[in-house]
Amino acid sequence: MSEPSSHSIRSQTARIQSGEQSVHSLLDSFLERIETHNPRIHALTHLDQEDARKQALQIEKTIQSGQALHNKPLLGIPIAIKDNIAQQGHPLSCASNMLKNFVSPYDATVIAALKEAGALLVGRANLDEFAMGSSTETSSLGLTRNPWNEAFIPGGSSGGSAAAVSAGLCAAALGSDTGGSIRQPASFCGCVGLKPSYGRVSRYGLTAFASSLDQIGPLTRSVEDAAVMLETIAGYDPKDSTSVQAPVGHYSSALGKEIKGLRIGLPKEYFVDGLAEETRSAVDQAIQQFENLGAEIQEVSLPHTEFAIATYYVICTAEASANLARFDGIRYGHREEGKDPAELYANTRGSGFGAEVKRRIILGTYVLSSGYYDAYYLRAQKVRTLIRKDFEQAFKQVDLLLTPTVPSTAFKIGEKAADPLQMYLTDIFTISANLVGNCGISLPCGFSSDPKLPIGLQLMGKPFEEETLLQAAHAYEQATSWHHEMPV
Amino acid sequence: MDQTPALVLLISRPSDNLVGMSEETFDIHYVAKLARLNLTEEEFKTMGTQVAQILSYVEQLQSVELGDDVVPTAHPIPMTNVTRPDAVKPSLSQQEALCNAPAQGNGLFMVPKIVE
Repeated sequence: MSEPSSHSIRSQTARIQSGEQSVHSLLDSFLERIETHNPRIHALTHLDQEDARKQALQIEKTIQSGQALHNKPLLGIPIAIKDNIAQQGHPLSCASNMLKNFVSPYDATVIAALKEAGALLVGRANLDEFAMGSSTETSSLGLTRNPWNEAFIPGGSSGGSAAAVSAGLCAAALGSDTGGSIRQPASFCGCVGLKPSYGRVSRYGLTAFASSLDQIGPLTRSVEDAAVMLETIAGYDPKDSTSVQAPVGHYSSALGKEIKGLRIGLPKEYFVDGLAEETRSAVDQAIQQFENLGAEIQEVSLPHTEFAIATYYVICTAEASANLARFDGIRYGHREEGKDPAELYANTRGSGFGAEVKRRIILGTYVLSSGYYDAYYLRAQKVRTLIRKDFEQAFKQVDLLLTPTVPSTAFKIGEKAADPLQMYLTDIFTISANLVGNCGISLPCGFSSDPKLPIGLQLMGKPFEEETLLQAAHAYEQATSWHHEMPV
Repeated sequence: MDQTPALVLLISRPSDNLVGMSEETFDIHYVAKLARLNLTEEEFKTMGTQVAQILSYVEQLQSVELGDDVVPTAHPIPMTNVTRPDAVKPSLSQQEALCNAPAQGNGLFMVPKIVE
């Protein structure tokens, strides 16, 4: 049996539709890989095999019924879901003690979309608690290991999703990205990670962390797979008042277009001495590759880049403090008693949340508090405007921006866990896309030598220009073979 | 290419180079009370230091030159007042809404007494 993860989603669904591949045997091959590798890497925290087989049965029935399948682009494809996206009847732990026993009463819009497209949802993927983190080390369910080297982190917060895709435990996964939480783990694990433009994909059913920054997106083995996933989950949703009524592009069929004359900008603030040497040379080689493909490379400037992390950590913590106020032990989740509601809340939240979450709630509460709101939150929002204007200016000169995804490869487990600020600084290149609402993608562009760990390159595009973004990413990918390499 | 010195420092410096935030003005006990977070003595101490360090780092936002006409960005897309018609639509059933309740009775969420 050939390696299931070497087939693209499109070719896999074609084989399922033609009867060449049975849904059950495809599921079996993935379950076997999960059984072999998940105990070590712990990418998936929950797996309901019985439910997966029931889904497979249902999908087989659909195929046998003879009904039209052309509107099912994910037919029989096993997809893992980050455990902060609601899937009816399944856990929604958000990797937190606070939601340890929570079972979702409804489907997120993206889950309904995946089901509609014939997908087989297999496994809940690990994350940093409430998506707050860059290493998946803050998960209350235990950490996830990088499939390329188990002494290293997979990145975060969608570390489980990235590790699962990279190790071939699923064909694709959903993650969420608030400051880089899809792109950074994709870079560290050597897979593709796409953060759609803000408002492109519905957030209904995504446990909110920072409402003006969060987006759900796919992690996949290839750019084409990411395009197919995006087509399925993107679109206006009346249940998400921040989703935009923009038509969904034909992202996968638009791939393969030549990128001659495409203008790619290199923001000089991202190419500095602090970059790891091998990251620098891998990205330099990628730039050369884009030139070979006919793209026009030029230097641009994003002058307020140095303030992006500070801006982000004021805004996201402020929004998180508001979004996590709902966890009070009353309607769901963990509860610790108190003599009155206020004490119940304080006890519940004190024991229900982990350290990083509490840290961010404290920071966010402070920057929003009376007397400090203007100096911190309002000021950060104004700097956010300047960051946005930097990008608008750059996008007048170029079509896309190219940067490393992260300043270096994955770090060791435990290396930054005791130093929150050091952890925050790993997001330096990904964070601006969330502040501005741009689309961004990370794709593999090389490996470090010792240990062998993936290096990722990031492309960023204007809001709602995922088509151009994916075309460029695809062109580079097809001219290289990084995406064929697997850790196990 | 030009370097941006500040960004180089960002990537490579250890955080104990930071000037300590005036720990006196950041009252973690007060903020924890606002946030309804019960912290242990150890947490108060550790987190107090860590949050003060982070606040020290974000102080750099004070140095950004802001013109008078810089409008704050609350939201990446220029959308305002998104509404829907005031019409009743199906939502979660009572049973669904209660299914994760830590304590329930008579189809209601049970809470400690609020009013004496």
